[in-house]
Amino acid sequence: MDDILLIEAVERYLRNEMSAEERAFFENLRKTNPEIDQAVVEHSFLLNELDRHAAIKAYKHSLYETENKLTEEGVISKPKLTGKAKVVYFWKKYKRNIAVAACIAGFISLTTAGLIVSYTKQVNESNKEDLVAVIKEVKDTKKAVEGFMSSDKAPKIFPITPTTDFRATGFLIDGKGYLVTNAHVVNRLKTIYVENNKGEYFHAVSLYADNTADVAILKITDTAFKTVLNLPYSIRKTNVDLAEQLFTLGFPRNEIVYGEGYLSAKSGNDGDSTAYQLTVSVNPGNSGGPVLNKNGEVIGIITSKQKNADGVVYAAKSLNIYKLLEAIKKDNDTTNIKVPNNTGLKGLDRTAQVKKMEEFVYMVVGN
Amino acid sequence: MSNLEQEKLLLQGLALNERQSIETIYRENYPVIQAFILNNSGDPDEAKDIFQEAMIVLFEKASSGTFELNCQLKTYLYSVCRRLWLKRLQQMQRFGSQLDHGEETVTVEEDIEVHEKRNADFMIMENALKKIGEPCKSLLDAYYMQKKHMQEIAKDFGYTNADNAKTQKYKCLVRLKKLFFAQFKNA
Repeated sequence: MDDILLIEAVERYLRNEMSAEERAFFENLRKTNPEIDQAVVEHSFLLNELDRHAAIKAYKHSLYETENKLTEEGVISKPKLTGKAKVVYFWKKYKRNIAVAACIAGFISLTTAGLIVSYTKQVNESNKEDLVAVIKEVKDTKKAVEGFMSSDKAPKIFPITPTTDFRATGFLIDGKGYLVTNAHVVNRLKTIYVENNKGEYFHAVSLYADNTADVAILKITDTAFKTVLNLPYSIRKTNVDLAEQLFTLGFPRNEIVYGEGYLSAKSGNDGDSTAYQLTVSVNPGNSGGPVLNKNGEVIGIITSKQKNADGVVYAAKSLNIYKLLEAIKKDNDTTNIKVPNNTGLKGLDRTAQVKKMEEFVYMVVGN
Repeated sequence: MSNLEQEKLLLQGLALNERQSIETIYRENYPVIQAFILNNSGDPDEAKDIFQEAMIVLFEKASSGTFELNCQLKTYLYSVCRRLWLKRLQQMQRFGSQLDHGEETVTVEEDIEVHEKRNADFMIMENALKKIGEPCKSLLDAYYMQKKHMQEIAKDFGYTNADNAKTQKYKCLVRLKKLFFAQFKNA
């Protein structure tokens, strides 16, 4: 309470609202009492900082709007447009090299695929399978190369949308554009794009990855991304019980797919206590997808499934997200990621729950 | 009007956050900067980022009141962007060869250092404001930033009278102050 009285006095003093008598008294107090003097200095500093903060925020807002306007007018290039021009240029210059490289790449991927197949046949040790979908198949690449060679309008086949080799899933944990996905997903990708169910593409970068728990945090870097105010689901901190009913959303196809199941063990592969075992149908592309319970709390992130066994799926526990955030905080205090702690999905039926949250589950693609 | 006077007016407009001035500066300078970044292993998004940061440097200088541009605005912006981009490249270790530059540059290291310090302060305030949560954040925002009257705020936030809102506002401010200075002194 003393603090409050002091602040009030300081504010009136700084705003010149004191009567002459009061002012003289207060100034005398400042001189004799270093604590009060300090409070005045601190407070005027704080108010200054607040003012400056407001001014810069307003100014940044103007910058964004100007940027958007000029991007529409074409003064500022969009990534895709300049990309295309460069591609045409590079295509002309390196046509032969690309064809040769593609042939070599095709050969190598075939041999590696062969090697992997024979290796896994021999040694059945690696029985865990990442659930990342490889999009481009060798056959297609070969076809594409043939197409390139036979026509001069080849750049047409080059990407308007970003080239993607892999597909996985991710979901927002902070409306400012922070997503969670698997570490094995980001480790594979040099350029990461995420796409929502409206078909909007955003460029993203990997902020942090925890390879042991297989959890990573991405940040959408596109300014076109609009901050989401309220995420409907929350992230659970505690463990869930055996047999609890669960559901997941992900991108095993180019379209979002819903899957339902239950918690079958409280630990993952080989007693891994950072993960759960679930029984749910997932496929390559589901990696990084959220697992939710009936209240709409995210309890885990799909990571992998057991080979040669049906419906044995592993998910990293949601607590890993908090652990990772804590590590980030220690590292760099300016990345203030705030995860939603209230679920707005409780009590709704499943269709309504999915409808409310599907736009926050993203397809993660890249190359 | 001479070029110099025009630029002076532009900067005054900038300090007042006038859209027209911002747009003019963008139009006249953005293409050069974008070309520079793209030619030096950057992409359009990075060009946008860098230019935005340079615009904030300019804003900080322009609104400090003591700023006098002793070179062309174009040269100043180019120098700031070049310096910022160099730093960014070094951070990303994407820095292979010398940056190519055809334009003349002026020394801006000091300005950028000041900017970085201010930017850090800005982030501390941003963090502190986030940590005090709602309704504190909106309450302080309405009173200190939007300069609304206490009566109006009481009505907007649903307090029964202005005095209650005022007490709440002071409590919030005490919390903000603690959070802000705790981090500020650590920094």
